[in-house]
Amino acid sequence: MIGLISYLIFFTTVAAILSIAVLGLNLQWGNSGLFNGGVVAFFGAGAYGTLILGGTPQSAHLGGYELFYPLALLGGMCAAGLMAWIVGKLTIRLRHDYLAIATFGVAVAFENLMRNAEALAGGAQGLRGFERPLHAWLGDGFTYNAIFLVFVLILLIATYKFLEVLIRSPFGRLLRAIREDETAAQSLGKDPAKIRLTSLIIGSVIIGLSGGLYATFYAFISPQDILPILTFQIWAMLIVGGAGNNRGAVAGAFLIWGAWTASGWGLSRFAPLEMQLYTGSIQFILIGLVIVGMLLWRPQGLFPEKLVVSQSGRTKHVKNRE
Amino acid sequence: MIQHLVDGILVGSILSLGAIGLTMAMHMLRFANFSHAELLSIGAYCALVFDGVFQAVYAPLGNVIGPLSLTWALALAIVISMAITGGSAILIDRLVFTRVRAKGGELSMVFASFGVAMIIRNVLGLIFGLQVLLYSKDIVFAVVLSRDPFLLVKPDQIFSLVAALIIMFVFHLVLSRTTFGYSLRAVAENPELAQVSGINLSRIITLIWIIGGGLAAAAGVFYGLTNQINPVLGRDLLLPIFAATIVGGIGSIYGAALGGFLVGIASNLALLILPSGYSPAMPFLIILAVLIIRPTGLFGEERH
Repeated sequence: MIGLISYLIFFTTVAAILSIAVLGLNLQWGNSGLFNGGVVAFFGAGAYGTLILGGTPQSAHLGGYELFYPLALLGGMCAAGLMAWIVGKLTIRLRHDYLAIATFGVAVAFENLMRNAEALAGGAQGLRGFERPLHAWLGDGFTYNAIFLVFVLILLIATYKFLEVLIRSPFGRLLRAIREDETAAQSLGKDPAKIRLTSLIIGSVIIGLSGGLYATFYAFISPQDILPILTFQIWAMLIVGGAGNNRGAVAGAFLIWGAWTASGWGLSRFAPLEMQLYTGSIQFILIGLVIVGMLLWRPQGLFPEKLVVSQSGRTKHVKNRE
Repeated sequence: MIQHLVDGILVGSILSLGAIGLTMAMHMLRFANFSHAELLSIGAYCALVFDGVFQAVYAPLGNVIGPLSLTWALALAIVISMAITGGSAILIDRLVFTRVRAKGGELSMVFASFGVAMIIRNVLGLIFGLQVLLYSKDIVFAVVLSRDPFLLVKPDQIFSLVAALIIMFVFHLVLSRTTFGYSLRAVAENPELAQVSGINLSRIITLIWIIGGGLAAAAGVFYGLTNQINPVLGRDLLLPIFAATIVGGIGSIYGAALGGFLVGIASNLALLILPSGYSPAMPFLIILAVLIIRPTGLFGEERH
């Protein structure tokens, strides 16, 4: 029984952490129409940033500044935001393909850098020497994981509330206006490039938060954790859940993460021995089929975006049609 | 130094072939096709299968041509593979891209292309195995072209370069001398006006996929011939090919051809200062450099 509960806690923690990343992506893609092809780079920047700033000193690589944990986490988020600023600054005024290619490229380059630069981040062996916060008081076991789950859930709810407020604010309306008709927004004196860049950075900071939490949970990060497949998984979560809808994004995260873990377990349990080497390939094909299938048959996702009609004078937001 | 330069040119010719098809599709259909590099994988594996088939049907085809490791059977298989890969490109377009385009925006197609790439790559892995394959198990020794400066080149590399240049030259003739070439350029410049003049847009798009697929297949085989074949071949070449299109300016066919060589040379020259582990990140640095210095690339036009 306790085994099942601790597994559930483990599963919920990871799914909740990934939900935060999906929420960040939803701001970029769902609300602003920005294509982020390298979610994993911003996730990784948050993870590496947090561990480097908050870890204990190591002789082999940089880091070990033993910063107060919330500051370390914040530092990781800033690293993700800074990366988004650089990529966005260079590409946001160009055709949308450029952002897609540049973000994809930054993910490849980031993983490559982390894998090779041993002095920076431990190379392929990953980053060690991070003590989980409050570790001395709570130990390593069940209690710690339960409390950490509560911490993650609080941050998930906070992110959700923040985004709900943000997209209902004038800024959020502006984002959707630019997504729908850039020229019209421009004619009203708005600067689409600036607004899109802001949205890209906020989204990436949120993805960075997710990465920081992920690294805290495992007290370890290595290039194996920031492979391109994570980008696909996070996308699949958003597409299945429904781009533009924050509740859908969270639901999609739990659904896809559940399906991914279940398929991994099923394949390792029931696939014949000679097929075991290929279970990864089968899972990748499945996630590819989920993405393509959803786009073909239900592009709006399971929980479609509720279009908000703003009417001045009367109530602030009237949800009148799906 | 000179060795890196020559290696860069050899790799560059492969990237050019891939980038020409990608830049055409990106310009015409207005989306970054992340599954394009998988066409190289399809081409490489397809040629491998037909190489085997031809050798089984008629054994003398298994003889190698001159100093190359290339057999007559493989040479024939390249042609078949180009046709089949072109066909697969159309099939993918009909099955996925056309339908997604009808339902959603251009960005949905980028998502879809990622999904397609994922499916193709892993299906190839399931069919052919995850291990590295080679067209020929014979060891072909590199020839020392000169001792000072020291320069080693494999005959297969020379063949790939010459063949790639011939293919590009033929394509250039088609573009500049035939009515098909004119209509292709007309559509690229102004699709509406081209249609008014009686050019069938969907026919041109079909042809673009055939040509893009065919060029990609040739690139895949040449890569397999000079390196090795594995299911992640497309994934590894994707970023360099994208870099080539950005260097040339998205939409410019000649830019893509030149961009391929530039990316190949720059990546190889960078190995003089950087450890070789960093080479997968090189195309990204090139993309960054282009975006900072000249975002429209060599021949790109200013448009959004």
